[in-house]
Amino acid sequence: MTTEVKDFKLDGESIIARSKERGEGDFIVGKKQEAIDKFDALEMPKPDKTRINRWDFFTVSSPVVNSEVYESLETLPNTVKEVVDLDVVENLYVQHNNTPAFLKVSDDLLEQGVIVENIFEASENHRELVEKYFMTDGVKIDEHKLAAYHAAMLNGGLFVYVPKNVKVPTPIQMVVLHDDENASLFNHLLLVADEGSEVTFVENYVSTVEESKEQLNIISEVIAKDNAKITYGAVDFLAAGFTGYANRRGVASNDATIDWALGLMNDSNVIYDNTTYLMGDRSNSDLKIVVVGRGDQRQNFTTKIIHYGKESNGHILKHGVMKDSATSIFNGIGQIKKGASGADAQQESRVLMLNDRARGDANPILLIDEDDVTAGHAASVGRVDPIQLFYLMSRGISQKEAERLVIHGFLAPVVKALPIESVKRQLTEVIELKVVSK
Amino acid sequence: MTSVLEIKDLHVEIDGKPILKGIDLTLKQGEIHAVMGPNGTGKSTLAQAIMGHPRYDVTQGEVLLDGENVLEMEVDERAHAGLFLGMQYPSEISGVTNSDFLRSAINSQREEGDEINLMQFIKKLDKNMNELEMDLDMSTRYLNEGFSGGEKKRNEILQLLMLEPKFGILDEIDSGLDIDALKVVSKGINSMRGENFGALIITHYQRLLNYITPDFVHVIMKGKVVKSGGKELAERLEAEGYEWIKDELGIEDETVVE
Repeated sequence: MTTEVKDFKLDGESIIARSKERGEGDFIVGKKQEAIDKFDALEMPKPDKTRINRWDFFTVSSPVVNSEVYESLETLPNTVKEVVDLDVVENLYVQHNNTPAFLKVSDDLLEQGVIVENIFEASENHRELVEKYFMTDGVKIDEHKLAAYHAAMLNGGLFVYVPKNVKVPTPIQMVVLHDDENASLFNHLLLVADEGSEVTFVENYVSTVEESKEQLNIISEVIAKDNAKITYGAVDFLAAGFTGYANRRGVASNDATIDWALGLMNDSNVIYDNTTYLMGDRSNSDLKIVVVGRGDQRQNFTTKIIHYGKESNGHILKHGVMKDSATSIFNGIGQIKKGASGADAQQESRVLMLNDRARGDANPILLIDEDDVTAGHAASVGRVDPIQLFYLMSRGISQKEAERLVIHGFLAPVVKALPIESVKRQLTEVIELKVVSK
Repeated sequence: MTSVLEIKDLHVEIDGKPILKGIDLTLKQGEIHAVMGPNGTGKSTLAQAIMGHPRYDVTQGEVLLDGENVLEMEVDERAHAGLFLGMQYPSEISGVTNSDFLRSAINSQREEGDEINLMQFIKKLDKNMNELEMDLDMSTRYLNEGFSGGEKKRNEILQLLMLEPKFGILDEIDSGLDIDALKVVSKGINSMRGENFGALIITHYQRLLNYITPDFVHVIMKGKVVKSGGKELAERLEAEGYEWIKDELGIEDETVVE
C-alpha cells in the first residue's frame, strides 16, 4: 500500500490532538503546527543520483508505540547491554521504540549544568535553550517535505546541552531499541556544546525484529559553539523494510571541531544526509563513514562539508562494501564559500564490491568560490584485489578468511575512530555478520 | 623423510604469451638452489607459477611436491603442503596488523583447537624480529603498509622464519637492499638452512650468493634452464656476465618480457 508522494495529505488535526494528549508541551505542539502548515508547499529532497519518487516515506501504521521502561541498568535487555560498557557507563539514555525507557546521568555532570533529557521534557524544562537551537541553525523545518514531516511526526529523541567550558569526561550514549515492527522512529537529537566545552556522544539504533514496513526519519542537529569540541559516533543497524531518511547536521563556530564516526549498517533503503557547516574561522570537521550494503538494499550517502570560515578544515573519508544486489550512491561534496580563505577541503571515497550484481557509485564533488584554498579528492570503486588475496593465501590463509581480512582492514579506519569500546566491538560484529552472511 | 620438489617440463604463459618453455628442476630439502639469468627471461614467472599467481597460466608440465601435483591445489593448499614464496613486490594490506596476519597464517596451517599459544607466538615473533633487526613496532603496523623496500623484504623473511615451510622460493629477495640489509636478510635465510629446508633463490645478481652459498646454480634464458652447475658458475657469471653462455649455446638476443 504505497502512498504516492503527490497524493499524500497530512492529517494535521490528529497530529495536534495526539501531541496535546501526550502532553508534549506548547513548544513542540507549536513546532508541529508550523510543520503541518508548511508541509503541502514543500518539495521532497533530491538526493543526487537516487530517484526516490516511488519510495514510501509516509506509511505509518502507528504514530506512537508505547513500550516497556527499564528500572535499572541490570534490567536492560541484552540487545542494549551488548552495546553498552556496563561497568563504566555513566551517562546513558535508552529509548524503547518511542518510549523514553531509561536515563542515567552522572551527578557530577548535573552539578555542572549538563542537560541530558528526552526532547519533550527538555522543551518544557529548558524551553529557551531548545527554542534557540531546535530546527533553527541546523535543519530548518521547511528545508524540504521530509524535514517538515519529521517535525510533524516527532515521537522521540534527546536533548544534550553542555555549558560553557565544561568538559564531559566520559561519553554520553543513546541507545534506541526497536523491537516492535509497528514502530516508526521520528527521532530528534539536539546536541549543543557551548563555548569551550567538550563532549563525546554515541548513538546506537538496533532492531531485534526481522523486518518492519515503517518509517525511519531521524534528524540530529549537532552544534559546537566557539572553541567547543564534539566527537560524535553512531552505529545504525535497523531491520530491513524501513523506508529511511537519516539527516545528521553539524554547525561549527570559530575554532570549534565536530568529528564524526558513523557506521551506517541499516538493512533497509535509506537516504543519508550528513552535512556540516563550518561557519567559524578555524573550525574543523573530520567525517568518517563506513557502510555495508547487502540484499537488494538501495542507499544514498550524501556527505557534505560547507566551508564559510577562514582556515576551516573539512575531511571526509568514506569506505563502503557492497554485496548481493545492493546499490549505493556515495556523493561527497566539499564546498568552499567566497571568503573562506585558507580553507582545506579533502575527501576520499572507496567502494569495494563483492560480486557482479552489487553497484556502487562514488561521486566526489568540489565546489569552490574562493581562490586561496586547498582541496582534493580521491574516489575508487573496485573489487577485492586478486593480488592481495594471492598474497594472503600464499601464507596458507583460506580465500574466505583472506577476503574477511581484506574487508575488515578496508573498514578499519572508521571502526577505529569510534569513541566507545563496546560500540567498536558492536560495529565489528555487525560488519562480520553483514559481510560473512550469505 | 626428505621432501622433494620436482618441476617437470613447465610451460607458463602470461596473457597468452609464452614465458616458460619447458623448465625441469629438482630440489631436495637440505639443498639451496640459485636461479639466475638476465632480466626478462622468466625467473620470477617460475616462482609465481609454482605458488599459483592468478595472472600466470600453466599450459604444460607439472610441479610435484613429494609426488603430489601442486598445480592442482589452491594457493592456500600449496602453502599447507609446505611451499613458501618470498615475493619481490609484497602486497600492502591496510587495516590488518602484521602480527594478526602472522597468527592467522600460522593457525591456518594447524588443526582447529591446536592454535598456537599466544605466549609462544610472541616469543617466536620477538626472537625472529630480533634476528632480522626489525623494530618491534613493525608487528603492530599494518601489513607492509608504508614499509620501505628493505622493510618489506625483511618482513618476507620474517614470515619465512615464522612459517617454517619445507621449501622457500625467494624471488629477488635481494633487490633494493643495501649491503647491511642484505647481510641481515641472508642471515635469516641461512638460519633456516638444514635438512628440513630447501630453497630456490631467484636473483639477478651474484652478490646475494656471497652470503648464501648455493649448492646448485641454474641459468634461465628464453624460458629454459640452459646451464646448471655449482657455486663456481655464479662466480663466473659475476665476473664475465651472460654473454659467454649465449655464445656457447648460440642464443640470440633476449627479449624483455617482465
